[in-house]
Amino acid sequence: MTSIVVPRPEGFAHPRPALLDWLTTVDHKKLGILYLYTTMFFFGVGGVLALLVRTQLAVADNSFVSNDAYNQIFTMHASAMLFLFIIPVWAGFGNYVVPLQIGAADMAFPRINALSFWLVPPAGILMFSGFLVDGGAAQAGWTAYSPLARGLGPGMDLWIIAVILLGISSTIGAANFMVTMFRMRAPGMTMFRMPIFCWTMLVTAVLQLLATPVLASALAMLYIDRNFGGAFFDPNGGGNAILWQNIFWFYSHPAVYIMILPGMGIISEVLPVFSRKPLFGYTAFVFATMGIGGLGFSVWAHHMFTTGAVLKPWFGFMTFMIGVPTGVKMFNWLGTMWRGSISFEAPMLFALGFLSMFLIGGINGTFSAAVPVDFALHDTYFVVAHIHYVLFGGSVFAVFAGLYYWFPKIWGRRLNERLGQAQFWLMFIGFNLTFFPMHLLGLDGMPRRIATYSNESGWEALNLASTVGAFLIATSMIPFTVAVVAAFMRPKDQPNDPWNANTLEWWTTSPPPVHNFDDLPEVHSERPLFDARHGGAGH
Amino acid sequence: MATHGIATQHKQGLSNGMLGFILFIASEVMFFGGLFAAYFIARADATEWPPENMLTAEQIARGVKLEVEFALPFIATILLVLSSVTIQFGVWAIRRGDRTALIRWLMVTIVLGLVFLTAQMFDYSQLHFRAGDTVYGTTFYTLTGFHGAHVAGGVIFMGVILARSMAGQFSAARHEAVEACSFYWHFVDVVWIALFTVLYIVK
Repeated sequence: MTSIVVPRPEGFAHPRPALLDWLTTVDHKKLGILYLYTTMFFFGVGGVLALLVRTQLAVADNSFVSNDAYNQIFTMHASAMLFLFIIPVWAGFGNYVVPLQIGAADMAFPRINALSFWLVPPAGILMFSGFLVDGGAAQAGWTAYSPLARGLGPGMDLWIIAVILLGISSTIGAANFMVTMFRMRAPGMTMFRMPIFCWTMLVTAVLQLLATPVLASALAMLYIDRNFGGAFFDPNGGGNAILWQNIFWFYSHPAVYIMILPGMGIISEVLPVFSRKPLFGYTAFVFATMGIGGLGFSVWAHHMFTTGAVLKPWFGFMTFMIGVPTGVKMFNWLGTMWRGSISFEAPMLFALGFLSMFLIGGINGTFSAAVPVDFALHDTYFVVAHIHYVLFGGSVFAVFAGLYYWFPKIWGRRLNERLGQAQFWLMFIGFNLTFFPMHLLGLDGMPRRIATYSNESGWEALNLASTVGAFLIATSMIPFTVAVVAAFMRPKDQPNDPWNANTLEWWTTSPPPVHNFDDLPEVHSERPLFDARHGGAGH
Repeated sequence: MATHGIATQHKQGLSNGMLGFILFIASEVMFFGGLFAAYFIARADATEWPPENMLTAEQIARGVKLEVEFALPFIATILLVLSSVTIQFGVWAIRRGDRTALIRWLMVTIVLGLVFLTAQMFDYSQLHFRAGDTVYGTTFYTLTGFHGAHVAGGVIFMGVILARSMAGQFSAARHEAVEACSFYWHFVDVVWIALFTVLYIVK
């Protein structure tokens, strides 16, 4: 077996105090860890807000929180989960894993990388500081529809500025990821030998680069309408209220793929490793990912069927079309496991959780692509069920699959397996108990975003079940926290490649040195470590 | 740099920095794309343009007139297009290794950029409508304002490049920042040509 020896870096002879080092680091691994800590913090904050929502809705005619507070709570729950957790958590995984998977020493622009990260915490603080100002935090929902969003208090402005900052963070981060993957792959690693997680990060980066600035333009318009008397969204001044929805969803539909594609990438790393087989249909998977990215720009108006102001047959048809590449991926995953030698460690459990729950989320989403069905379901709890089956059942399960999978690489220790299993089952049962009833509530006509409901509606039993499920999900964080704390109390004992995995990040030590690699194997396929274990490509 | 491990640049074609910069400009194009979309939708919705029929009694009493001057912006447009030519002369100069000419052309371009900004400010002061006066005023000031901010950003960018040139940096072989700066300035110029066309010509 031949390998490429990498020259040792010089100039790391002056160690800095640990705190200063973390605050000023440009190392992609440290920034990745900072991203993970920050986003998991906001996951916790968003989770607490979700529990407040569920407590308020547990029984009919409840007054646990005021209507006004309720609006702020559900708005900030979604804003934290989407803008401060799911989108940047992928940047965290991407930061840590992508340069390692392509055999690079760092990202293409390490200092811009640091800037991308350091925009996130101030944006989070700004967004949440809305709770301290007159009128409270933003309360127009994470979608901030006009004219509602034009008339709210200053918390809304803080929200706008925060989202613009987060948009800048992900736009420059996207350019960084793209250049890194285009230009810094190891010798022998062609684009079609790149690990699948990198491919999903690449398509995500393209979506971020092209869609996020459009959101920034919409936010700028909203800010101008609110603060400088603008008339963009004001029909009285010749503006157009639906314009906000068009521009917002032109970003936010690609954004749902920004929120799920890297999760699909993580699943596609985990399933082959724990099935002891290569990913079935690598090339088809790559093209399906590109297909989702491309089609993602042509379906935004399916959020707006009931406005009557969009071309319904076109957007309905395109929405059905985007189910096709997603279906291709389902076959990729199932084909990967078919007759594999499957083992059920925690990463695999969470990956299978993703697979089953995302399937439900995909199917109940495709229902609503049919325009007549959408008219019946629009703005009901059915939509809330759909978004949580894809974003929690999909993305969040993938986040935990990724954490259990890469924890040995990032921190050099393994998370306790039993606690992982306990977390998975608590979360899986809690998740379905929380969100499955929402389908039924939606079909029964319960509107989303209402602060309470009448005793006579007949919705109380299902809502109570949903609330119990939410607290079960919260309970599932206990074994996870214990596992993390217990792991940190043990010494770093993990070998380079504890899972017998396929990709280059497992070639180097756990955790990797500052310069990532002392040497690299020659890359002849998309599974260089498999080749190295078994003596060459194709064996 | 070679000691920093395997992170290498391709030996041919665009450098990493230029590729990243072009991607940044692509994101800027999408930003202006959103603003242009808003403008076109406002025009498509309007029964007349400028939308004099949307003016309130208060606005009419205040003397709001939804019209723009043509002559001064036209001259400013010519100067801005000219500045794209002058910065390109600077780029060609440094490609020959002629730093003195680069400094001269950068100075000329910066002056042209500042003249454009001054003309825009003066033009604003002559107009009889505000950002709040119908969607016409809102789109006009938003589009030209964001463009003006980009011109100002470009002038600062050129100022940095000028300072670096005067400090003796840049050569025929290494002048990537100059190329990036010229890309940005051409982009700002092209956006203005599109803006001038839709705001001042296609009425």
